Amino acid sequence: MSEAVGAGSVIHDIGYQRYTGPRLGRGYVFGSLYSHALRTAFGLGRSVKAKLFPWFVIGVVVVAAVVFTAVRAQIDQVIVTYVQFADAMSFLTIFFVAVAAPELVSRDLGSGVLPLYFSRPLRRGDYALAKLAALATAVFLLLAGPQLIMFIGAAFDTGDGLSGVWREFTDFAPGVAYAGLWAVMYASVALVIASLTGKRAFAAGGVVAVFLMTAPIVATLSVLPSTTANQLAGLASPATIVQGTGVWLFRDQLMTEGDGGDMDIGGFGWLFGLTVVLLVAACVALLLARYRRVAK
Amino acid sequence: MTLIETQSLTKRYTDRVTALDDLTVSVRPGIVGLVGANGAGKSTLIKILLGLLPPTSGQVRVLGLDPTVDSAAVRARVGYMPEHDCLPPDLSAAEFVTHLGRLSGLPRTAARERASEALRHVGLYEERYRQVGGYSTGMKQRVKLAQALVHDPDLLLLDEPTNGLDPAGRDAMLALIARIGAEFGISVVVCSHLLGEVERICDALVAIDGGKLLRSADLTEMTTVTDVLAVEVSEGTDALAARLREQGLGVTVDGRQLLVVLAAADTYDRILTAVADLDLPLHRLDQRRHRVAELFSTREVAHV
Repeated sequence: MSEAVGAGSVIHDIGYQRYTGPRLGRGYVFGSLYSHALRTAFGLGRSVKAKLFPWFVIGVVVVAAVVFTAVRAQIDQVIVTYVQFADAMSFLTIFFVAVAAPELVSRDLGSGVLPLYFSRPLRRGDYALAKLAALATAVFLLLAGPQLIMFIGAAFDTGDGLSGVWREFTDFAPGVAYAGLWAVMYASVALVIASLTGKRAFAAGGVVAVFLMTAPIVATLSVLPSTTANQLAGLASPATIVQGTGVWLFRDQLMTEGDGGDMDIGGFGWLFGLTVVLLVAACVALLLARYRRVAK
Repeated sequence: MTLIETQSLTKRYTDRVTALDDLTVSVRPGIVGLVGANGAGKSTLIKILLGLLPPTSGQVRVLGLDPTVDSAAVRARVGYMPEHDCLPPDLSAAEFVTHLGRLSGLPRTAARERASEALRHVGLYEERYRQVGGYSTGMKQRVKLAQALVHDPDLLLLDEPTNGLDPAGRDAMLALIARIGAEFGISVVVCSHLLGEVERICDALVAIDGGKLLRSADLTEMTTVTDVLAVEVSEGTDALAARLREQGLGVTVDGRQLLVVLAAADTYDRILTAVADLDLPLHRLDQRRHRVAELFSTREVAHV
């Protein structure tokens, strides 16, 4: 079967050919899994059904950003700051991770694909971290992308040239940082829960439960007669931990009403910040431990 | 070079369950059948060879590498086809195999090209753009084989590749594996609980039972000389044996049947003539490949 394949001739079976090209290392493998997972989070390369929910969420946040931008341009008043944007979208973000996290890890468990991954040079820890990084990136894009729209809209509309754009940027940057905080927190908590089961529906339910069922605890604690209990109430739920940290770091942008908003953390801001760090670290450790053992 | 070498390899899952017990075996490149009943320790051995499981004690080397130390290096050169379902239903075969190719370190374009090559070699053409969920069992087995081939490994580990296939599908899968070993130049370890199935395509057989080595044998020498005809007559077995020996045929008595070495094309005719001359009632005359089945006809393997 060594006939030359000339122009117009039929394609001959050229037989098996050994691969002599490069075999790339750990970084490339990690990046490949990361980009595949990031696409999966938005349903890219998948059926229409898988695209439906992520793109619905994206549609909502983009429309919200456009509306905020348009209203600001019309009445010249900021109704939602960049930092407040992430807070305003927190419910949507919860549902987004509740769908995306099971897509990333529960599917792999359910379809038994992990032996195919782990029989390749990919390391188990890298698998977990690539998925986590992809989910965090997806949430970050979801929250920071619309803020970019708001920023561009506002920047074109400042009327004081570059200094106006710069002032706008100093408002925009904390918003992006806050989006990053949400992203890391939500992604790590959601991924740990989803990695426990191969059934996507259970995983999604578990994620929503952890994020939403803890809210009543926060509400109960915050009406107790003790001021300390009220100020620490936010530590009971992932969402309010992030919000508390936000209040601590970006008080001016987050609380525009002047009355301190509805979240009083007293002098415990540092504790909220520390909790974020510890919780994320714990989630990463749990995730790595989970994948060190998982066989199927 | 030795393909796989184990030295007193032992794997205990708990104090009670011993999956591999002091297994010492050495196999050369080629197609190797790993035979044993369900639960004999075949899958455990494969997982240790891949570095997915650490052995409790003993040494193991795959392609000259130690999977307990260099597991990434071993896994880069080995392709693995698991026994159970391992395909995500809502991806196309082309996309899935490409993705796994990239996870084996192939650059994006190379992964895509080799994925379609591998799928073509296992016999999937246009179907490869359809979602795997809609595939038949046979097609899924082919995708599983293609993903093990995509990164051009030096060794394929196939765990029960014919599982769930109908007889025609089994034959096609075995023919494919034989071709991979012979034409592609890739060594293959085929796990099976069916000896009769793998002996057709293997150069060597390793039989394990209860985690212990039962038998390890090279079939290459045998296959060249060992085609034999089994003759069974209802009576006069000894007379027929004597007559055939007179004609210079190699004859051995095996219970109620005679095994005659198939030396030349006319051996058939000479046996038939002898039977007719002696006027014996011929019960059976068929060709057997060799005595592999006898080599391995220990109760554990035989009853499956």
